[in-house]
Amino acid sequence: MEIDPFIFRLSIFILSIFVGYYVVWSVTPSLHTPLMSVTNAISSVIIVGAIIAALAGSSENIFETSNIFGFLAIVLAAVNIFGGFLVTQRMLQMYKKKKK
Amino acid sequence: MSANLSAFFYLISGILFILALRGLSSPETSRQGNYFGIAGMAISIIVTFLSVGNLGTGFVYVLIFLLIGGSIGAFIAFRIPMTAMPELVAGFHSLVGLAAVFVAIAAFLKPEAFNLGSLGKIKLASLIEMSLGAAIGAITFSGSIIAFLKLRGIMSGSPITFKGQHFINLILGVSILFLIFYLCKSQSSHFFWALVILAFLVGVLLIIPIGGADMPVVISMLNSYSGWAAAGIGFTLENTALIITGALVGSSGAILSYIMCKGMNRSFFNVILGGWGATDQTSKSGDKEQKPVKSGNADDAAFLMKNASSVIIVPGYGMAVAQAQHALREMVDALKKNGVKVSYAIHPVAGRMPGHMNVLLAEANVPYDEVFELEEINNDFANCDVAYVIGANDVTNPVAKSDPQSPIYGMPVLDVEKSKSVLFVKRSLSPGYAGIDNDLFYRDNTLMLFADAKKMTEEIVKSL
Repeated sequence: MEIDPFIFRLSIFILSIFVGYYVVWSVTPSLHTPLMSVTNAISSVIIVGAIIAALAGSSENIFETSNIFGFLAIVLAAVNIFGGFLVTQRMLQMYKKKKK
Repeated sequence: MSANLSAFFYLISGILFILALRGLSSPETSRQGNYFGIAGMAISIIVTFLSVGNLGTGFVYVLIFLLIGGSIGAFIAFRIPMTAMPELVAGFHSLVGLAAVFVAIAAFLKPEAFNLGSLGKIKLASLIEMSLGAAIGAITFSGSIIAFLKLRGIMSGSPITFKGQHFINLILGVSILFLIFYLCKSQSSHFFWALVILAFLVGVLLIIPIGGADMPVVISMLNSYSGWAAAGIGFTLENTALIITGALVGSSGAILSYIMCKGMNRSFFNVILGGWGATDQTSKSGDKEQKPVKSGNADDAAFLMKNASSVIIVPGYGMAVAQAQHALREMVDALKKNGVKVSYAIHPVAGRMPGHMNVLLAEANVPYDEVFELEEINNDFANCDVAYVIGANDVTNPVAKSDPQSPIYGMPVLDVEKSKSVLFVKRSLSPGYAGIDNDLFYRDNTLMLFADAKKMTEEIVKSL
């Protein structure tokens, strides 16, 4: 019997939760704020779905309702991607060691 | 680009995202980690363009919208003051949530584009995944908006509660499940829209009863939700990068919520089902007798600290409100010139989000190796001459260790009272968020400095 591809995706999902669990526990508490901003930035990879939605259908009629939702989602996700990574970078730049 | 090849690249993005989080295990590797994250994102976006292949006029529009969003994001990222970080993160979470809702709507309206069947005949599994993604996304969106408004001070930070609140939430939650069930049966878009609207409502109702100082838990929880929403959409789109990221972000937020709850010795449900402030009103007014308090001025404080050999600084939310971190650093510099050993003690729930104090101190150029977590530094208070408490309150209250009747009993606290003398900067004797008196105010070795945190610190700098 063949295995449903859904099971593979579920396996990836569950394994990733475990990876996330161990990786996040190893994050130093002083970097918890950058952790939140960077997780926020990477969860905006949802832009992938937004792009597919925006480009769906024929190219003559690119502003159907579903495409418009796609474009809106692109804007929202793009704010997060740029904003999230840049603000994380800005914060991380400030963490300095004692000058000896 | 073939589906298999692009799936492979999405996997690479997922791994780069894992490395991005891994980098945060120490400040030295963190910047590199952030670049991994950016690379992962770039790969995902480019691969998506190549696999859609339709690079006509639509593509130009996509780029335009991408740039519009990107410039807004970049503008915000450069302009935002560090003290506003909690509301920024809450605001960003709301955007992820809304984006998830929009993608789910688009997938529902045009399932062919995502290989999910056709309108009215969407595959059952995809329908469940997208409705879960949409519902969690909507809760994340409206919940984060409320959190944002509370943190920004546009909405009062005090808990808003009414009778039957939990009952209504329960009913709404059950209705959402029913709507998903009927949606799967009938494929009718009415159920889908009703689902989205109800979920928005749940998000609002879930966050309004939670008070300001519980925000660290709320922000972490919403962080987690935004991850689960992304994962739900990832299953719908059969996209590995989204599934991996969703799982990472979801577990990251859950762990942070756990750490925050532990920092307050409260269960997650206790926080979600309503704040301290709401339940302990009675203990506040009860036995309030006038106890003697010693108060001093900046000169006294400067004298004490100058003659100390070691000083521990305990910052809290009040420091963020007063923007006192830079003045604090100047004070510490002056003390160091006098040969005083200075370190900082951070309680896990100090501030309005995890790691809030650390970022503010880093902004004021405090080296991170002078900043310690509760477990690392708590034993040092016994050997320290002066503890300088600036803007913290409940997290220093010794009652948490001695009085089993107290609502904060069992909460890990900084053993500030063990130091030889305590300088407590505060505007008045009013109780903190937990609504209880701080025993520390009345101790013999405590000197209260009644003033704004920033002004007091600046005056101490002058007297040093």
